[in-house]
Amino acid sequence: MSLTRTQVEGIAHLARLEITEAQMPVYVESLSRIIEFVEQLAAADTAGVEPMAHPLADQVQRLRPDAVSETDQREKFQQNAPSVAAGLYLVPKVIE
Amino acid sequence: MHTLTVSELAAGLRARKFSSLDLTLHFLGRIERLGPELNAFVTVTADRALTDARAADEALAKGEGGPLTGVPVAHKDIFCTDGIRTTCSSKMLSSFVAPYDATVVSRWRAAGTVLLGKTNMDEFAMGSSNETSFFGPVRNPWDHKRVPGGSSGGSAAAVAACIAPAATGTDTGGSIRQPAALTNLTGIKPTYGRVSRYGMIAFASSLDQAGVLARSAEDAALLLEAMSGFDPNDSTSVDRPVPNYAAELNQPLKGLRVGIIREFFGEGLDPAVEKCVRAAIGLLQQEGAVIKDVSLPSLPLSVPTYYVVAPAECSSNLSRFDGVRFGHRCEQPKDLLDLYQRSRGEGFGAEVKRRIMTGTYVLSAGYYDAYYLQAQKCRALIASDFARAFNDVDVVLSPTAPTAAFELGAKTSDPIAMYLNDIYSIAANLAGLPGISIPCGFVNEGGKDLPVGLQLVGPHFGESRLLSVSHQYQRHTDWHKRIAPGYA
Repeated sequence: MSLTRTQVEGIAHLARLEITEAQMPVYVESLSRIIEFVEQLAAADTAGVEPMAHPLADQVQRLRPDAVSETDQREKFQQNAPSVAAGLYLVPKVIE
Repeated sequence: MHTLTVSELAAGLRARKFSSLDLTLHFLGRIERLGPELNAFVTVTADRALTDARAADEALAKGEGGPLTGVPVAHKDIFCTDGIRTTCSSKMLSSFVAPYDATVVSRWRAAGTVLLGKTNMDEFAMGSSNETSFFGPVRNPWDHKRVPGGSSGGSAAAVAACIAPAATGTDTGGSIRQPAALTNLTGIKPTYGRVSRYGMIAFASSLDQAGVLARSAEDAALLLEAMSGFDPNDSTSVDRPVPNYAAELNQPLKGLRVGIIREFFGEGLDPAVEKCVRAAIGLLQQEGAVIKDVSLPSLPLSVPTYYVVAPAECSSNLSRFDGVRFGHRCEQPKDLLDLYQRSRGEGFGAEVKRRIMTGTYVLSAGYYDAYYLQAQKCRALIASDFARAFNDVDVVLSPTAPTAAFELGAKTSDPIAMYLNDIYSIAANLAGLPGISIPCGFVNEGGKDLPVGLQLVGPHFGESRLLSVSHQYQRHTDWHKRIAPGYA
């Protein structure tokens, strides 16, 4: 199935990705080809097959006690943030 | 010194034939001299290397230290290293300084290794040629016009050029095994859950596994053991004892049942590559292995299945890069939506954006069942094909990649052609199985000898067998000992 420009714009919006005007036709073309390529899966007979949820069949997701195990490293972590003040992450105004 | 294997280096260090400082300075010198032409490193950690080396020498002087004490290594720049820039070869993380060590990093450090630096890779490990890196492509030491494979291309080029004795890699669809094949190395991707993913920047969480790029199976055994084992910080880490891989290298080839995967010797395989792999099969047979033809009829679904599952998981994992908590932020965002869209649009390269969008599409309402759910069912078919095959054989064998190294730029404009380069390696990730690539010969193209690799895949937690078969093969051959001209 070929994707339309409108569809690709919709996908880019859902993914919160700005795609430049110049690049848009390239994505329309390549994403269409990828979707066409993966569509061959539709022909596989998967009747009665359970979808795989984990690569190791007998593995179960472990749980841990709900207890504090980490120390506070906020300052260290915030050294990587583009904009912080008083221990808070800054973003453009959200509420008018 | 640089052509010695890790095992030989470790023995030399313990015998005090040379110090870790001598060794480290030697490798740092080679990185400075030969690193730039290959573009193998994103960050060289010279100061850290010298500190590590001095500590290793002190330990060795006191008769302390383990099997890797004082051995210099490199880490793929996907592993977080405390206090050291960790970029994933992306503009998004080009100034990110990791606040902690990945478990793989801390385990190799505890084993006494010396950190030379962080290696170049495809951006967020998405690529098969190391051409999607924000820091530019890596060149293959065997021919600078060609790619080293990807995504662990910097690690592969560094080890193949003997500017690092060994390096870490990660493998989501072949990213250790394919570059190993293209650069004449031994590369192992262990069973899903064998090695902790903690601190390894996630691409596709149900497929990603860390592993080793080395110059022999013996080295790979030592290095894999040092990084493996249960880690409570990774919820998919498996709590199961780690074998002493190095001690199990001498299991005999006699009686070994090797399945030759029929579906992986068909159309698209370069006849010159096939010839090398067939010769290796002949050698195994001569040494007493029982060769069996096996058919895994669902394997042709591997690549399309992967290109639904991996982008879906990538789309979800990479949503954390929001321009708020870490990573690239655009200039002058006019509102929050603009901040997200431009930070991500500018911070990610073209292939990463393509995969995020593919994943977003296959997970979106109305398409989920047709693509994602169907792919997970196909994945179950592929896994059961392998399970059936392992009732009859101990390992399955195929080429690692359909061709030897291709030229830079040859496949960058055609994503499908690039994806098909991983046609033989992807299935092991989908089924969570361990796989290894080992050198098995050379083809000559354009006057250059280019390495060829063969792949062995085993049942879950069958690493020991893969390593021993590889080691026995390497006792009878010297392909793995050949070093690219100009780097010996």
